[in-house]
Amino acid sequence: MSTLTAFETPAVTITGLQKRYGDVEAVRGIDLDVAPGELFGFLGPNGAGKSTTIKILCTLVQPTAGTARVAGYDVVQQRGEVRRNIGLVFQETTLDDYLTAEHNLRFHAEIYGMPRSIVDRRIGEVLDLVGLSERRHHDVMGFSGGMKRRLEIARGLLHSPRVLFLDEPTVGLDPESRATLWKYVDELRRREHITVFLTTHYMDEAERCERIAIIDSGRIAALGTPSDLKARVGSDRIHLQTTAEPAAVAELVRERLGVAASVDGDVVVVDAPDGERFAPRLFELGLSVTSVRITRPTLDDVFLAYTGNRLQEAEKKAGRQMPPAMRMRMRGAMR
Amino acid sequence: MSAVIERERDLPVAAVSAPDRGLRHEARAVKVVWQRDVVRFRKDKARIISSMMQPLLFLFVLGKGLAAAMPRTNGLDFTTFLFPGTLATGVMFVAVFSGISIVWDREFGFLREMLVAPISRSSIVVGKCLGGATVATFQGLILLALAGLVGVPYNPLLILGCVLMIFLVAFSITAFGMVLAVRVKTIQAVMPLVQMLLTPLMFLSGSLFPVGASLPLWLTIATRLNPISYAVAAMRTFVLHFIHTPAGALSSFQGGLTWGSFVVPTWLDILVVVGCGLALLGVACAMFSKAE
Repeated sequence: MSTLTAFETPAVTITGLQKRYGDVEAVRGIDLDVAPGELFGFLGPNGAGKSTTIKILCTLVQPTAGTARVAGYDVVQQRGEVRRNIGLVFQETTLDDYLTAEHNLRFHAEIYGMPRSIVDRRIGEVLDLVGLSERRHHDVMGFSGGMKRRLEIARGLLHSPRVLFLDEPTVGLDPESRATLWKYVDELRRREHITVFLTTHYMDEAERCERIAIIDSGRIAALGTPSDLKARVGSDRIHLQTTAEPAAVAELVRERLGVAASVDGDVVVVDAPDGERFAPRLFELGLSVTSVRITRPTLDDVFLAYTGNRLQEAEKKAGRQMPPAMRMRMRGAMR
Repeated sequence: MSAVIERERDLPVAAVSAPDRGLRHEARAVKVVWQRDVVRFRKDKARIISSMMQPLLFLFVLGKGLAAAMPRTNGLDFTTFLFPGTLATGVMFVAVFSGISIVWDREFGFLREMLVAPISRSSIVVGKCLGGATVATFQGLILLALAGLVGVPYNPLLILGCVLMIFLVAFSITAFGMVLAVRVKTIQAVMPLVQMLLTPLMFLSGSLFPVGASLPLWLTIATRLNPISYAVAAMRTFVLHFIHTPAGALSSFQGGLTWGSFVVPTWLDILVVVGCGLALLGVACAMFSKAE
């Protein structure tokens, strides 16, 4: 019976949450609901209160004020119940390298008090889910970074939690391992109907989320679907090249179509609310168009608008590893 | 049961159908924490071998060396005298590393896996202490197997008594190691600290020399304040009880400790060790629950 109502209660409910460490206000009043089954992204620069909020949700830290419920249980009053219903994958590894994959999972099954009759089958299931069945009896010591992370996800899922917290799950992984890991996360969402609460500094990962909250200075600065948020920070941009003189074209666009247009080298940049539908109108101006390119605001632009930081800059400040491709792109962006 | 499984297949989210709660759950947690330490010790051949090195050096190098330098004391070999002390202090070092392994667990992240679980922190501490006591007792058993080489008979009762004392010492010292590990967060800091604290405990335990009335007063007091002394005294009493020595031998290499003119009986020795063990366990539980 309770299994049915479980789907109806929000996976996470946060009301007026505050946390103060001495004089420092880490969290200054957060309200948030996460629906069951949602893939929810929780983004923010370092020191914005992101980690503190997650620690409160995982019952590792007590709030100064406000309440939070996870899987329907209060994080202060019902810590044990919350813990039984959440799975945690931290950015730093928490496996015992000296034990086998299976032994790590068995340890978890025991400390979570899983019914003995289902442990074996469930270990098989989660290892299969993350593609590590063949490594079941191998020591974790010999695993690659990506395999370890997958094993941690398997372990986080072992006790069938309702909410899975993935805290920067792909930091330090190479692009191929990241892609594999996401393949498995998608698969697990399909199979287990689980709520995923994700923090990340990678734009492509944030893009996968159904909804995103951006936290800055201890408050929620923005909340919505990725496309909502992008629409909020600005319109699409049409980069137009013609045979005519750019300044004159910009002038013409402004006068005839009533939208903002600026000149960037030999390109005219036109701001339009819906780029794809607007672009054909540019062709009606009788210009000889040589190229048209439409760009949309990215989540990075959203993040920048709300926090004053770029996602990857926030990442870089933390001094963590990032894939070489990203690093190159950043260097390019800084020039 | 089948209904539970079927429902679980449809809605895997609700798979936590009937997890263990309360004491049963905590007992499982204690057991698995204990088991992990035992499995890891068993896999770590280097640790088993290196942990044997120090007691063997004491027993056969220091013991035989000193025995050669001093006359046989009324028919009792010095290594026979040394044997109980070597057992007690040898297991101390094995046990303390089990306790401070929490520092490694913290550094390599595994501690977090235990801390976020729906279990009491005390279960982790109890499991760890039992684990440390078990692996140290295992090492003690290897040493006990060598008893014949130093003139100690293989009497089942004697072995049982020694195993009991070894277990108690190891349990207490593991708890002591955990107390240190709560306070000291880095591997670099905890290693010298352990050396600094355990070495005096070893030297002041009466394991290497008799702590009878002939000692200077300060040394007498220091040895009486050291709980390890009581474990050594109890084991030495066991050993001497099973050796047939000429009358008079016991007077110089006597077993029991004295408080002034009061000879501490063996049951009180055991009680002191048990008391210290439980007190350290209590402190470790309290500190661990509060700190992490």
